[in-house]
Parts: sequence; C-alpha cells; structure tokens
Amino acid sequence: MSDLEQFRAETRAWLAENCPEEMRDGDITAENQCWGGRQWEFQSEAQKRWFEAALEKGYTVPTWPKEYGGAGLTADEAKILTEERDRINARKPLSNFGISMLGPALLAYGTHEQKLQHLGGIARGEIRWCQGYSEPGAGSDLASLKTKCEDKGDHWLINGQKIWTSNADISDWIFCLVRTDFDAPKHRGITFILIDMASEGISVKPIVLISGHSPFCETFFDDVKVPKAYGDGNLSVVGEVNRGWDVAKNLLVHERGMLGTMSPLRGAKGPENLGGYAAEEIGLDAAGRLDDPSLRQKIAQAEIDDWAYTLTVERMNDEANAGNGLGAKSSMLKYAASELTKKGSELRMDIGGTDAATIGADGIEYDSLANTWLYNRAYSILGGTTEVQLNIISKRVLELPSA
Amino acid sequence: MSLILTEEQEMLQDAASGFLTENAPVASFREIRDSKNPDGFSRDLWKEMAEMGWAGIIVDEEFGGSEFGYVGAGVLAEQMGRNLTASPFFSTSVLGATAVQRYGTQKQKDEHLGSICDGSTLFALAVDEGPRHRPEHIEFAATPHGNGYILSGSKTFVADGHVADKLIIAARTSGEANDSSGVTLFLVDADAAAIERAHTPMIDSRNAANIRVDGLEVTGDDILGEVDGGYEALEGILSAGRAVLGAEMSGSSQQAFAITTDYLKEREQFGQKIGSFQGLQHRAAHLATEIEMTKSAVLKSLQLLDDDFESASATCSMAKAKSGMTAQLSTQEAIQMHGGIGVTDEYDVGLYFKRVHVAQQMFGDAGFHADRLAKRSGY
Ligand SMILES: Cc1cc2nc3c(=O)[nH]c(=O)nc-3n(C[C@H](O)[C@H](O)[C@H](O)COP(=O)(O)OP(=O)(O)OC[C@H]3O[C@@H](n4cnc5c(N)ncnc54)[C@H](O)[C@@H]3O)c2cc1C
Ligand SMILES: Cc1cc2nc3c(=O)[nH]c(=O)nc-3n(C[C@H](O)[C@H](O)[C@H](O)COP(=O)(O)OP(=O)(O)OC[C@H]3O[C@@H](n4cnc5c(N)ncnc54)[C@H](O)[C@@H]3O)c2cc1C
Repeated sequence: MSDLEQFRAETRAWLAENCPEEMRDGDITAENQCWGGRQWEFQSEAQKRWFEAALEKGYTVPTWPKEYGGAGLTADEAKILTEERDRINARKPLSNFGISMLGPALLAYGTHEQKLQHLGGIARGEIRWCQGYSEPGAGSDLASLKTKCEDKGDHWLINGQKIWTSNADISDWIFCLVRTDFDAPKHRGITFILIDMASEGISVKPIVLISGHSPFCETFFDDVKVPKAYGDGNLSVVGEVNRGWDVAKNLLVHERGMLGTMSPLRGAKGPENLGGYAAEEIGLDAAGRLDDPSLRQKIAQAEIDDWAYTLTVERMNDEANAGNGLGAKSSMLKYAASELTKKGSELRMDIGGTDAATIGADGIEYDSLANTWLYNRAYSILGGTTEVQLNIISKRVLELPSA
Repeated sequence: MSLILTEEQEMLQDAASGFLTENAPVASFREIRDSKNPDGFSRDLWKEMAEMGWAGIIVDEEFGGSEFGYVGAGVLAEQMGRNLTASPFFSTSVLGATAVQRYGTQKQKDEHLGSICDGSTLFALAVDEGPRHRPEHIEFAATPHGNGYILSGSKTFVADGHVADKLIIAARTSGEANDSSGVTLFLVDADAAAIERAHTPMIDSRNAANIRVDGLEVTGDDILGEVDGGYEALEGILSAGRAVLGAEMSGSSQQAFAITTDYLKEREQFGQKIGSFQGLQHRAAHLATEIEMTKSAVLKSLQLLDDDFESASATCSMAKAKSGMTAQLSTQEAIQMHGGIGVTDEYDVGLYFKRVHVAQQMFGDAGFHADRLAKRSGY
C-alpha cells in the first residue's frame, strides 16, 4: 500500500470510530456549526465529542503545522481527509473566521510568536475572531477606510467605526484594518492590527437583518489603547505598519476561497436535493413529472449548474495542488457560489409556496427556510459583492482595459 | 482521480492544437464551404488525422487504435471545436468506434475496427426520425423474414450519412414506437440498393443526410448487440457522443470568447477601448465563469466514460446540457459584442454561432437533458 492509501485507510478508520452519528448529517449552517470561543456552549454532546476528538488529532486545522495546533497534513493528505469526511457526510468539527480567514493570513505574514499565540488559540477553539474591515464609508471601496490609528510610543490609539461586523457581540478578538497614514496614497496608509474585544473603549451595537435576526453589528472604537506587543516578538500589528493592505488582500483571497467553496444548493435547509424536496411538497402528475412544469425545468437547470459548479471547485483545487495557483479565479467560484446559493433558497421558497412564507408568532424562526432565504441575499454582498467579483474577473483574469 | 489532464493527455492537446491551427484552421473550413465540397471535409486531412492515430483514438491497441480513451477523444474534439474543423471524426471515430468496440462481436471488431483506425471506412449513426432528438421514439421497422429481417423506414439528420460507408441503424424489432425495449441496432452497408440517401446541407455547413430504406434484407450477422436490447447500446453510444459534442462545444465557446476578448481590447469607441465599459465587462466575466464550469463538466463526463462506461449516461447528459447552454451564450455574446461586423459573413464568430446551434440540437439540447435529469431523479 502506498503512503497515501495507508493514510486513507487510517483516516477512514479514525472517522468511523470518532465521528458521532449525529455529526454525519453534512449539514453545516451558520446555526448549527461549531464556532468555538470563550462564550461558546456546545449545542450537543455529540458536537463536543466530535470537536474534542478532532482537536486531539490536530484535525480542527488539519493543514496547519503541528507546532501551531494543526496536523501538518500535505495537500494530498488534506484532500483525502476531506474526501473521507464527505464520504460519511461529516460536519467540520470547528469552523469560524479564525480558521478560514485570519489563520492563513497569519501563516503567510505572522511572526513565530504571533502564530504560537493566535493560531494555537484558533486551533483549540478558544478564541473566536471577527472581521473589522467595512466602514460606513468604505464598503466595496474598502481601501478608503478611515478608522484612525495613532502611534503613542508604547501603544496605538484607535478611534473610528466599523460596520457589518459579523458576530462582533459574541467574538473575543477582532482583526482590523486601520489608517496609520492619512497623507499617503490610500492603499499605502493602512495597517492590519489584532485587538482584544474586551479592550476599554470598544462597544458594539447589533444590526437587525431583514430576517429579524441579528448576526452582525456596528463596532465603535473610542480612544482604544492597543499595546504595541502582547509579548516578546508578539506584536499587535501583522506585517509592516502602513503595509496592511497586502495582508488584507491575502486574507480576502482566503475569504473568497471559503465563500467560493460552499455547497450552494445543499447546506441550506431542507432535504438533500431540490427535486426530491419538490416531489414531496408538490407531488407528481400522471406521467410522473413534477406537477409544476415551469418549476420543474428551473430546478433541473439549477441542479445541473450546481453540479458543474461543484466539479469546478474540485478541478480548481486539483489544479492548485498541481502547482497552477488559483489566483483571481477564486472570484469566479465566489461569484458562482453566491448566485447559486441565492437561487437554491429562492427555489426552495417557491416549492414551499405559502407554507414557506408562513412564520411563527414571534417572527421568523431561526431554523426556517425563510430565514435562510433572507440571509442568503447577503452572500452576493459580503466578502466582496457580485459586481466587485465580476470587476476582478474582468481585470485580473481577462485583463480587459480600464476606463 | 484528479479532475485535470494527465501529462500524456496534455501532450496530445498541444499536438492537436498545433496541428489543427496549422492544417485545419477556420479558413480551411470556409474554403470547404465556399467551394461547395460535396464531402463537406477534406479527405487528405482525414488521412493525416488517421496517420496520427486520431481516427482510432478510443480503439484498443490490439485492433490498431491508439487507446487514448474518451478523454483523448474529448481533447481532440475540443481543439476541433476551436478551429471548426470538419471531419468524419465524430461519426466514425466516436460513434462508430464506440458501437463496434463496446457492442460488437469479436468478428465485427476484427472486421471493422482496423478500418476505422486507418480512416478507410466511414460510419454514420441513424437514430432520429423527426426534427427533434427523440431516441426512444423509433418506428423504423425491422420485420422478421426467414433467418433475418427486412428493414424499412426513414431516418433524419444522419450526420455524415451522405459519405458513410457503413450505417448503424436503430430499428424496431418489437413493441411500440416509444418502448425502450424492442429496439435493435443493425450495421449495414450504406451503398445498398435499397437505401436512398438524400444529402441535406445544414446551416453549420457540415453535411448530413435523410435516409430512406425500402425493403433491405439483412441477416443475424448484421445485428450489433442484442436483439430487442439495442436501446441500451444506443444509450451508450449516444452518451459517448454527448460527452464528445460537449467537448467540441466547450472548445467553440472558448475560441469564440477568445476572439471576442481580443476585440474588446482593440476596438475603440467614445475614445476608449470598448473592453473598458463595465456593461460589457460584467457579461464577459460571467461568460468566462460559465466556460470554466463547462470545462469541469465535460472533463468529468469523459473521465467517467473511461472509468465506468456503463454508469456515465446521466453525467454525459448533464455535460451536454451545460456545454450547450454555455456555447449558445458564448456565441451569442460574440456576435453582439462585435457590433455590426459580428453579423457579417466575413467574420468568424457567425460560423461558431451556426455550428454550436446544430451541435446543440444533435443528441438533445439543454432542455431535453434537463428533462431527463428530472425524470431520472423522480420529479
Ligand atoms: C451579512 C453580512 C455580513 C458581513 N460581515 C462582515 C464582517 O464580518 N466584516 C466586515 O468587515 N464586513 C462585513 N460585511 C460587509 C461587506 O463586506 C460589505 O457589505 C460589502 O463589501 C459591500 O459594501 P457596502 O455594503 O458598503 O456596499 P457598496 O460598496 O456601497 O455597494 C453598493 C452597490 O454598488 C455596487 N458597486 C460598488 N462598487 C462598484 C463598482 N466598482 N462597480 C460596480 N458596482 C459597484 C455594489 O456591488 C453594490 O451592489 C458583511 C455584509 C453582510 C451583508
Ligand atoms: C444589418 C445592419 C444594417 C445596418 N444598416 C445601417 C445603415 O443603413 N446605415 C448606417 O449608417 N448604419 C447601419 N448599420 C450600422 C449600425 O448602426 C452599427 O453597426 C451600430 O451603431 C453599432 O456600431 P458598430 O457596429 O461600430 O459597433 P461598436 O460601436 O463598435 O460596438 C461594439 C460593441 O461594443 C458595445 N459598446 C459600444 N459602446 C459602448 C458603451 N459606451 N457602453 C457599452 N457598450 C458599448 C456595443 O453595444 C457592441 O456590443 C447597420 C448595421 C447592421 C448590423
């Protein structure tokens, strides 16, 4: 047996033994995933057991180096782990912004000491991170951000406001973009900094979404003092001062990668496949066809698009592993995934008809189709809007001229 | 298995791209069209292709083939789609070779595969009996007679039917017009006296034929595969055809798009390159994304044909649907983004538009395959 075959066999056996049955529904949503953090309470005994088993193997962050809490898997091994996990439909044991966004950026730009503290904290599920990028005046044009960060010798002093900060109210730390030079060209005065949300002067105010729920906040900074370093070599700033845009962009690529590899038509509420769900809800005509020809055609079309998209994620991963980096093509996946995600929940709402539009006495239930449908409108906005992805594809992949 | 080409397949791709852009570019297709070449392709070119091992691309080495499998056939078809190369490749080397290699007897393989590989015998598949692809609807009659059958009926849109030496005909040996059982495939000489072939020039300047058979006597030796069980074989042959047509359309989409993006970078209006207008950029970016999705779908279906032929039908069907829609969008946008010259005969994008339309119709358009998917998934 080759090393990889051996690894597959071991992984399969390990999963069989350690992944609880309840964690094999493959259905990770913002509501049921394991986020971790100081305020985290496991939603079930199974979720806790699965997390702990994974932690022991370094499988909360399988590809990170062992010294930072990972399992140090190679790309080939990681692919096998994913395949084996998907084979039994296992959820990820831990998922959050630390794993998918900050971690990869720290691996690329962090010092050893920064990695030891922060990657370790993420891997062990101890610290939950939020993302302080957007501001009221800086959305798509992120580099125009104005949150002010002044050098006060032994510390930084921060004043300003972030907005749309997902889960700021329940996060422990924030990775933040601040302006350290107001005179330099806009991309040249930005710094990437790590801040404890418990710092004095930080306050958050939840924003209510169209669903009535509130997964994000306004985040205010009033004379917030941030130490220059949290320990020897463990600076609060990642990368160089005024060069935070490089780190920010690196992180955005990972964020897009994460958003671009969701499984759009699945994952959302309801039975596995749209067609099966529709057959159950709507019924079939005498010829065995869904008793709604126009919906039937749309569903089949969406399933074909979803299938081709899923294969494209696979192919682009394989290409990346073979050494042809994905680069700006990650914007294609982000674009396709967001649009398909919206399409999937729109079709589910159409299939559900007035049932799906009926809500509880206290509003839209967290666990409902309607909530997912409403939240999913955000997928083509967050992490760079659909239009911004199309701009990136035009300029960076197709190299079309600028105006 | 990785969803990328192996090194060997990449080399084949490079070789095909080099050879076709040199020897069979769009200009030679134009020449064939304008000279009203009765074959619709160049026999010299076909000979060269055969010498390079392309005619026997899916045929096993023991029969003289180059055994590159369906991924290999798709790699070639994609480059042909890019160059709009007209040749008997699809009908003979994909449909004919699949039919004989997978469903033929040892004797039939010995007799036909060699002459497929050396390019000397041309095949055509006669399935449809009306203007829309309905493979389950077969009325063409095979009536028992002595030890054999008598064939009578009509077939439409038999690609390469006008030049084929051999015809594979789907006929009904029992049951009703829409039954999937009761279909039998016959492999017959195309120049038999009882066969009348009417050449039908097509909008894509490829050629096809309508075929009328009037009392052709055949024997059990002329049957390909099982009596009454031919639908399964037909489905297998069509699946291979769909995946390879998908590859061809993927190539045409890519090339029409490449021509268009070049134009966007060059044409100026309002004092700037038209490629700088966001109204065009976003459509181009959307199309580029669809083209990537299509490549994955097509490669997956070809790999599955090589890996587990029997299970590939649904996948080939989806690949045909996806590639058809993308190709349609790509060629429509190619015309639109060129403005006035896009609708001129002199400009190539219109040729892609027309070819893609016929390839879409062939073996089922996107709607046909979406319907199949729904049926198969129980809704
Ligand atoms: C649910 C949700 C969660 C979020 N979580 C976070 C978070 O945790 N942290 C964080 O920092 N941010 C977060 N965001 C913010 C998100 O990144 C921004 O909303 C996004 O970048 C868009 O910015 P904006 O809302 O200011 O819209 P704008 O940039 O004002 O865009 C308005 C419209 O104009 C279009 N547009 C803008 N520029 C162009 C252009 N150049 N070409 C064409 N069209 C253009 C946009 O596509 C959009 O349709 C979240 C957003 C949502 C909805
Ligand atoms: C069949 C036919 C008959 C015609 N008859 C006549 C006639 O009798 N007399 C006559 O004078 N003309 C005639 N025309 C010419 C016609 O008016 C032009 O073709 C048309 O104005 C487009 O110009 P163009 O072909 O140069 O394309 P271009 O202007 O080069 O356009 C190329 C592409 O760029 C796009 N584009 C251009 N500018 C922008 C922008 N600012 N933003 C976004 N996209 C842009 C266009 O929409 C198009 O998709 C005819 C054209 C045709 C096809």
